[in-house]
Amino acid sequence: MEYLLLIYDNEADFVNLNAAEQAAMYQEFGNFTQSIQKSGNFRAGKQLQPVATATTVRMRDGKRVVTDGPFAETREQLGGFYWIEAKDLDEALAIAERIPSARVGSIEVRPLVPPLQG
Amino acid sequence: MNLESLYRQEWRRVLATTLRLTGDFDLSEEAVQDAFVAALEQWPRDGMPASPYAWLVSTARNRVVDQIRRRARLVQKQTVIERLAEPQESAIDLSEAAMVDDQLRLIFTCCHPALAVDAQVALTLRTVCGLATEEIARCFLTPVATMAQRLVRVKRKIRDARLPFAMPPRERLAERLDGVMLVVYLVFTEGYAATSGKVWIRRQLCEEAIRLGRLLCELIPRNPELRALLALMLLHDSRRLARAGPDGEIVTLEEQDRALWDRQEIAEGVPLLETALREGASGEYALQAAIAALHARAQRAEDTDWAQIVSLYDALLRKRPSPVVELNRAAAVAMAKGPSSGLALIAALESKGELAGYHLLPAAKADLLRRQGRWREAADAYRQALALATSDPEQRFLARRLEEVEALN
Repeated sequence: MEYLLLIYDNEADFVNLNAAEQAAMYQEFGNFTQSIQKSGNFRAGKQLQPVATATTVRMRDGKRVVTDGPFAETREQLGGFYWIEAKDLDEALAIAERIPSARVGSIEVRPLVPPLQG
Repeated sequence: MNLESLYRQEWRRVLATTLRLTGDFDLSEEAVQDAFVAALEQWPRDGMPASPYAWLVSTARNRVVDQIRRRARLVQKQTVIERLAEPQESAIDLSEAAMVDDQLRLIFTCCHPALAVDAQVALTLRTVCGLATEEIARCFLTPVATMAQRLVRVKRKIRDARLPFAMPPRERLAERLDGVMLVVYLVFTEGYAATSGKVWIRRQLCEEAIRLGRLLCELIPRNPELRALLALMLLHDSRRLARAGPDGEIVTLEEQDRALWDRQEIAEGVPLLETALREGASGEYALQAAIAALHARAQRAEDTDWAQIVSLYDALLRKRPSPVVELNRAAAVAMAKGPSSGLALIAALESKGELAGYHLLPAAKADLLRRQGRWREAADAYRQALALATSDPEQRFLARRLEEVEALN
């Protein structure tokens, strides 16, 4: 069973860390990634650039509309993700709780639709 | 044995084991239902099987296998069929121990924290207690379609997010058991809080909650907090006949006819709590049960050990600060030390503003002013409470009190 772990936290909090604190944070994420690679749960995982870099695209009546953003006024922003393999939700939750951002932000655990059989 | 009591007794155990064998909530539920229908047809004709439980499990399991085979013709699910079809009757573990595990797995799955609390409650009543969707809807005064939707949605989440049908790992057991106890307690309070017309319907919730409490004490023996929870429910339930008048009006603890209290439930609840406390129960249920036990023990309202009740409220507040508990404590202090000490505490609570809009704050204040004979102020406070109260029995109770103090004014 595959799950996407969506990491939501406050971008400003991360920006406000000093260099040493940021390095420690990256170190912690690195250790976590390594550990789920070793356990065989890791599929992929990436950090996103801040929402200020986001662009939205829509196709309406065959025309492309491109806009800056979105910049929803939320306290937490999607900042990264892990794509994992776990035997069930309990295992996925046990992995999600170890993501360093879980301590300050929140992790949304979403099951992926399995490929159609047959 | 008639089939209805058999259904009551066996539904949960049969469903729990069928779920272990098949791992599919929806199919299992349908298949168990079918197995009971088959029993209704066959047993009167062929006689009762030696073990109704084993008969029902294997009938239900075969139905699930049939179902999956039928689907498999459209979609290849060979592995599932192999897993299901292979074990011979004798290989299926139907022992007492396996049955206990099955039921616990069922309960822990229904009360999984990944599910919304109201969904946990509905699912527990449906699958663990075997209540029909219509019954659950009636208990919660919800339209049947809404309740059915809620159950469909929660089962879909269990399937699609793959919630495990499993016991939580040891290190999470305490935390998960807290969740289970909360569901049981919510079922109870939902039934207990009902004091209006449909009392007899919602009474079923109290009975189901107590039944669940007993079942958990049986499945997880010697757990002090579970015992305390069961004791709490029994002790509150013991007052059910005394706490409402013939028209559903509220009768306060002080005015209740204690002869109406259910002595059997008290005789079970008090020693159960004592055992729990001896074995180290110290949670909120234990403290609340201890308060209920002190009331149960008092022959007359004036015999109540209010000083000890105050110290139990203190302990509750240390566990979890709450303005509502502070208000209850203020009322207990008033009984122990006189209305003016209670009024001072209520004034302090009032100035903090956390309970603004909560009708029981002016109601408690009114009660203490009434005890002091300050009729005019009491009437004002009753009017405030009346404006905030929403339930019919509470409004009637407050209106009656208001009339009384106005007459004395």
